[in-house]
Amino acid sequence: MYRYDEFDHTLVAERVSQFRGQVARRVAGELTEEEFKPLRLMNGLYLQLHAYMLRVAIPYGVLSSLQMRKLAHIARVYDKGYGHFTTRQNIQYNWPKLPDVPDILDELAEVEMHAIQTSGNCIRNVTADQYAGVAGDEIEDPRIYAEIMRQWSTLHPEFSFLPRKFKIAITGAPNDRAAVKVHDIGLRMVRNEAGEPGFEVLVGGGQGRTPMIAHTVRDFLPIRHLLSYLEAILRVYNQLGRRDNKYKARIKILVHETGAEKFTAMVEDEWAQIKDTPLALPESEVARIKAYFAPPEYDTLDDNSPEFDAWRGGDRDFDLWVRANVAEHKVPGYAIANISLKPIGGTPGDATADQMEAVADLADRFSLGEIRVSHEQNLVLGDVKKRDLYALWQALKTHDLATANIGLISDMITCPGLDYCSLANARSIPIAQEISERFADLERQHDIGELKLKISGCINACGHHHVGHIGILGVDKKGVEHYQITLGGNADQNAAIGKIVGPAFSGDDVTDAVETIVETYLDIRADGESFLDTYQRAGLEPFKERLYAAH
Amino acid sequence: MPLIKDGELIDDPWLRVADDQDLPDGPVIVSLERWQAAGDDVAAHNGPLGVVLASDQSPDLIGDDLGRFDLVALDFPAFTDGRAYSYARLLRERLGFKGEVRAVGNVLRDQVAFMVRCGFDAFDMADVNAAEAFRQALAEVSVTYQPAGDARRPAMALRQS
Ligand code: HEM
Ligand code: SF4
Repeated sequence: MYRYDEFDHTLVAERVSQFRGQVARRVAGELTEEEFKPLRLMNGLYLQLHAYMLRVAIPYGVLSSLQMRKLAHIARVYDKGYGHFTTRQNIQYNWPKLPDVPDILDELAEVEMHAIQTSGNCIRNVTADQYAGVAGDEIEDPRIYAEIMRQWSTLHPEFSFLPRKFKIAITGAPNDRAAVKVHDIGLRMVRNEAGEPGFEVLVGGGQGRTPMIAHTVRDFLPIRHLLSYLEAILRVYNQLGRRDNKYKARIKILVHETGAEKFTAMVEDEWAQIKDTPLALPESEVARIKAYFAPPEYDTLDDNSPEFDAWRGGDRDFDLWVRANVAEHKVPGYAIANISLKPIGGTPGDATADQMEAVADLADRFSLGEIRVSHEQNLVLGDVKKRDLYALWQALKTHDLATANIGLISDMITCPGLDYCSLANARSIPIAQEISERFADLERQHDIGELKLKISGCINACGHHHVGHIGILGVDKKGVEHYQITLGGNADQNAAIGKIVGPAFSGDDVTDAVETIVETYLDIRADGESFLDTYQRAGLEPFKERLYAAH
Repeated sequence: MPLIKDGELIDDPWLRVADDQDLPDGPVIVSLERWQAAGDDVAAHNGPLGVVLASDQSPDLIGDDLGRFDLVALDFPAFTDGRAYSYARLLRERLGFKGEVRAVGNVLRDQVAFMVRCGFDAFDMADVNAAEAFRQALAEVSVTYQPAGDARRPAMALRQS
């Protein structure tokens, strides 16, 4: 993984002391809360319903075991013993005290971490495929370019006061695990006719109250032009994005109001004027960063592991875990192991300090000391030998980290909702817990198969409900919490926004409604059809009929 | 208001003149509207001329007239309105403007380091200790990660050398 050099170390250290100064001025009353706000937001510090919240950047979701231990330490010493992994591959602490924050940042800097640009109207932490570097379907490791973008976007002098927050996601593979089509900018690695790698550039995706799928503005961008092209997009947006209404300020609205074609022309025009400036990436710099992500020395193993097969055959629980949580690795004899942070009845994405330390230890023991965070709020060990999977699973079980539900109905993305968030219409976490408990039977979940359920407590869509196969949105009906259900959303390479199935359900009825939807699918599915396949074939009608038949 | 120019606190030689005021001799700053109305008084003005652009007025609007100005002031109606960062870069790097580029409006010490990198060289700062605040703000972060409108070499270039 990437390691800081003197420049990175210096910048982060200086940024911490700068922020220490800003906090001191706030505490001394030299800065009003209003003046302090954009400064703290540039450093991931929010004021929430009950307290400050600190969001720490995990660049493109990659952590060393050392860094994970530091996150655990911070949770224990400065917070209430846990942290929350987010949909942008970051971690949030819900209860830090303002005067402690500079100390937390100092501790983070010790392990090459920071909270720079995890909030505010700037370019946020770039997110990437959690299987980067180990997936068989990959053209190139996207983390190389995510790191290049991390550096370019850090304290960018021109783009630190954009109309609104700005999110970039990158995938190196045709199978999109990073939801690039619902980001302000999505990058997909592709090859041109000559076989050279480059990027398809998509702009203007997003969720919130006007969900949109991104438009392709360029089919192929050579690697050397990555930064100049991004700069052209951002410059057009910075000048023309709406600043009169924060709900219309995202780049998706600019693209939509300008028209994708005209917007593309403006970007291309701007780019033509800057493409051969010092923004052009020198090959030597790409090579330098690439070296950090060079594949480790893998052992030469037989892809078949008889021990592994025997354990699978002999232990049904282990077999279920392998089916749901283990993915194909590009190297024979290795596997990708997902660690679910969605235990039945738990708070999706939360991990205790003890669990974080356990994962760090297991990463050292089984996976070359590296951990990834997925945008679906789970953890990943990328380089586990197949023959070690059983021991890994047993160890995970002792820490309540072995739920065999990745990609299944209880592996939900859920926003904080009314329990934490002042904007919420409705609670999200209790609904998630109820649904998760209703489907607690893992055999049943496996029979249902892949089903992505996502819940937001209001239209801001922090819980990605628009792109859930089943999406649940908290709405307020005459002061009573209700839940609107959408079907058919999808965040992968065939991204789609879900369609509203009908009138909203009360909190008491929503779990039944979800169950009715699932039962309908089970009744009408053809052989081998996933929930989404069935929806795409049969449409909303059969679901609607069953859901509202009784009413 | 204290003016910082090239890092020093100075007395502002420029006078910003409202649209309905007569133009005195000497260095004056007028609005884009007044310039575009092209009154005789502006054309015949005896002394250096500057123009102030509101945050929704791109320097492209004066691209052809830049030779006539010694100063372009870019307004920050709120420090959160970041359009003028792009405008300053366009003025310097695209349009080749060599005169003074002044930040006016809600100009805070926590933004001036970014402004310098984009090509601003003068700052109308409300800060009581403007000079000291400015000096400190510029010393806070020594590393840059991206090329911009200033001469600082980003980490990427320094690593190559
Ligand atoms: C208590 C208040 C809030 C909480 C706890 C919360 C939580 C979150 C979290 C954890 C994420 C992932 C962020 C990351 O890792 O960088 C997120 C993303 C998001 N948040 Fe929030 N959020 C809150 C308020 C808001 C507000 C005020 C808005 C908009 C007005 C908003 C809109 C979004 C959107 C749209 C996303 C992701 C989807 C996208 O960018 O298109 N959230 N939120
Ligand atoms: S979706 Fe709404 S309720 Fe949920 S965290 Fe975001 S703003 Fe709060």
